[in-house]
Formats: sequence, structure tokens, C-alpha cells
Amino acid sequence: MVTAPAERAAFAEGAAPVERAAPAVRTAPAVRTASDVRTALEVAAQVRDPELPVLTLADLGVLRDVAVEDGRVLVTITPTYSGCPAVDEMGADLRRSLRAAGFEQVEVRLSLSPAWTTDWITDDGRRKLADAGIAPPSRLGPVAVGPVPLRLTPPPSRVACPRCGSPRTVELSRFGSTACKALRRCEDCAEPFEHIKEI
Amino acid sequence: MSFDNAYESLVDHEDEHWAFGTGFAEPLAGVDREIPSAVDAGDLFEYCLMLGDDALVLSQRLAEWCSRGPELEEDVALANIALDLLGQARLLLTRAGEAEGAGRDEDALAYLRDERHFRNVHLAEIECGPFAGGDFATTMARLLVFSSWKVAQYQRLLSFADPVVAAIAAKGLKELAYHRDHAAQWVVRLGDGTPESHERMRAGVLRVWPYLDELFTAHPVELRLGVDPAATRAEVDQVLDAVFAAAGLDRPDPVPAARVNGRAGRDGVHTEAMGYLLAELQHLHRSLPGATW
Repeated sequence: MVTAPAERAAFAEGAAPVERAAPAVRTAPAVRTASDVRTALEVAAQVRDPELPVLTLADLGVLRDVAVEDGRVLVTITPTYSGCPAVDEMGADLRRSLRAAGFEQVEVRLSLSPAWTTDWITDDGRRKLADAGIAPPSRLGPVAVGPVPLRLTPPPSRVACPRCGSPRTVELSRFGSTACKALRRCEDCAEPFEHIKEI
Repeated sequence: MSFDNAYESLVDHEDEHWAFGTGFAEPLAGVDREIPSAVDAGDLFEYCLMLGDDALVLSQRLAEWCSRGPELEEDVALANIALDLLGQARLLLTRAGEAEGAGRDEDALAYLRDERHFRNVHLAEIECGPFAGGDFATTMARLLVFSSWKVAQYQRLLSFADPVVAAIAAKGLKELAYHRDHAAQWVVRLGDGTPESHERMRAGVLRVWPYLDELFTAHPVELRLGVDPAATRAEVDQVLDAVFAAAGLDRPDPVPAARVNGRAGRDGVHTEAMGYLLAELQHLHRSLPGATW
């Protein structure tokens, strides 16, 4: 990735985006300052995921960097899955939101490395998912090096029902309505629910 | 977002969220694309075609299951797997186009090459169901062999000389491991199931077995790039043996790969099924160039 100059807002995992009203449209792109970087970051952080609209791109962990360079906003995002059809939409939404906030030149870059992991979903994002009835992923921790071990049986459930909290849940389908979700059912309240699968 | 009826969301012009896939942005926008000096651009072009065509062609085969899955969950699963592979193919073909430097993008490479210029292995292209050539069990046998091989291959590509291919492999590896485990669970379930399911699973493995050898036969380009596929054989054998043992299936006897004057998929020599596959894959784009929906 191109290294941006000093005016950059490092993106801290777990930072809760500030709730704010619709940004006022700026007319004169005057001198860009550190406050512009902050504003760009705030705007970008609030753009919602097109397939999981309860989450912002920051919550999902796909927003990797926001920088201002020569008056242009450079936003770096990373795809969740290689074939995620929402990536183009995320880019379009970012450009639209940042333009509405007065940043006329916006470039959205795609970063593949390091590869996205569900561990990057913030604590805040996990709460929002659970509130929306979608079980958040478990934490994977550091990735093991070497051959990926074969799994012939579903892993022991660590997924609690997002409705009643019961830990007794079973996998109904390893794939769901979007690339990132599996389908499960609670054995106690019997409700089916979606689960963001760990990768 | 809430709508009084589903159709309102389709005309939600303010958000422009009416559907995905109305147009493809460049999948490697913003990634540092310089070809490392240690890598021959011509070899990188050909190798990216091999990897990209494997993913693209199997994606097309899996997409044939849409609306024909044995149950709804499996229909969704196969479409999801196809989508992951398509995503990998887009990244790899884009990289191939960059290495070639002749201005061909992913669409030009996917839609406008003829059969002899596709470099995928035969295993990806043969018919394994839902139409002739097999059924769901055969499809799972192919997916198990293909993704076990790809997991071992991508694992080794993590340290590949071209950082873009290494990054694509790192991204795809997690997806392929999930596909492999999905296929393995089905092979065990069917192999260790009823006499009927066992027999179909056995037939499925036999169907794909003649295409195994090609996966480990090195092409000169692979040897020059230091990615000899023969190095993956022990790891793939170990995975397949573990699955067959749990499924109560015998490992078939080795079958020498069918080659034409020593050439096969990596050289652009394909099976009869390939032309039909490409006709369906390419027809729309060739009839209506640049068509979008």
C-alpha cells in the first residue's frame, strides 16, 4: 500500500464511531488540515455494510485506513471474502458519503494483505450483531502456520443463541444468505438464526 | 432501512442499493501492482492463467447446480462456493492481464479466449453432475479432490515471489479449506451412509480418479517459478486417505493421466466437455459485448 503522509488517522480497532448528524456540505475545499482527516475518518467509519446494515464498515473491520493526500481522501478497505459482491457497493457508498461531506476527490483502494479475519469485527460490532439476532463469530486468535487441519465433523458449538442466550445450538447449514454467514438453530427456544462464521 | 414492500427497496434511488453486480470495478484497484524483478512477467502471466482458469472453470461447473441442489441449503452452499472461486478467478485473471501488459482485463481473458488458450486442469472442467457424468456425490468427490489440492497449493503460494499472488492465496486459502471440509463431510456422510449412497459415492470417486495425476504433473512454467505441484502430493494423499477411511471407501488404484502427446489442460489441451462449458460461459458476452444487468 502507498504510504500516506503525516495527515492520517490511524484506525484503532474497537474505536466506536461518533454518532453525528448528516455532515454539512462544504463548498470551498480550502486548506486541508488534521481536522479534515478526522472528519473524513468519521464519515467513512459511519458508512454501513450493504449486506449487514446494522454494522458500519468500521465495525466490520474492513475499513483499514483513511488518509488525506494532496487534497484527496484515500480510503483503504479489504474484502471479507474473495467473491464478496458487496465490495463495489462499499466503494460507491464511501465515495458518495465523502463527497456529500465536501471531499470532492475520493479514492477507494482495495487491500488484500493481511487478509480479513472475523477477529477484526469490533466489540461494538459484535454487540450490534447480537442485538440484530445474528450470532457474532468466536475469536480465532493467532493463525496457526502450516497445513490447514482437516475437519470431518462440525466444531463443538461455542455459538450462543442470540435470542435466548442458550449455548445449546446446532448448525443447520454451513452456508447462508451471504458469503460470511452460516445458519444455526437453538435447541432450547427452537429459533433458527444466522451466525457469522469464523475465518 | 425499512420499506412497505419489497419492491420499494429496488427503486431506492437515494441509496442506489437496488442490486449488486451492476458493473465490475477493477478488483485490484489500489493494490501495488509492480511485477517483482525476480519474476519473469511471461511466466507469471501463464501461471496466473493456470490458477485463475482452475477457479473460473470450476466456478462455472458449480453454478450449474443453481436451483438443482438436492436441498435448499446445498443449493446455497454450492452457489457460495462458486462465488468464492469466481472472486479468486477475478483477482488472478486481473493479475494475469497486468503481467501480460497487453491491456487485457479479467473480462477479456474470461470471455474472449478460445479453448486452446485456457490453462485449467481437466478435473475442473469434466462433467460431474447435475447433468451427464455424475450426480451430487460425484460433485462432492471432485470438490474434495480439487480443494484438498488447492489448499496445499495455496499454502505454498503464501511465500510466492509475486506478493499479489501471495496475497490472493492467503485470502483464498481460508475459503478453500472451508470448501474442502464441506466436501469431506459429505463424502463421509454418503460413503458411510446407506448402500445406495455408498455406491454412488464410490462411483463418484472412480469418476474423478483418472484426473488426479494431472494435478501433480509439473508444467515447465511451474518449474521455472519454483512451484512444482508434485510437492503437494503427499499432503493431498494424506487428506484423501483420512476422508476415505472415515467414509469406508477404498482408495482406487492409480490411473495414469490421459494426455495428448504428453499434453493436457495446462498446455491448453482439453476434454470434449470444455467447448460446451465455454459456449455457455462466453456466449452472452460475445453476442452482446459489454452487456451488464
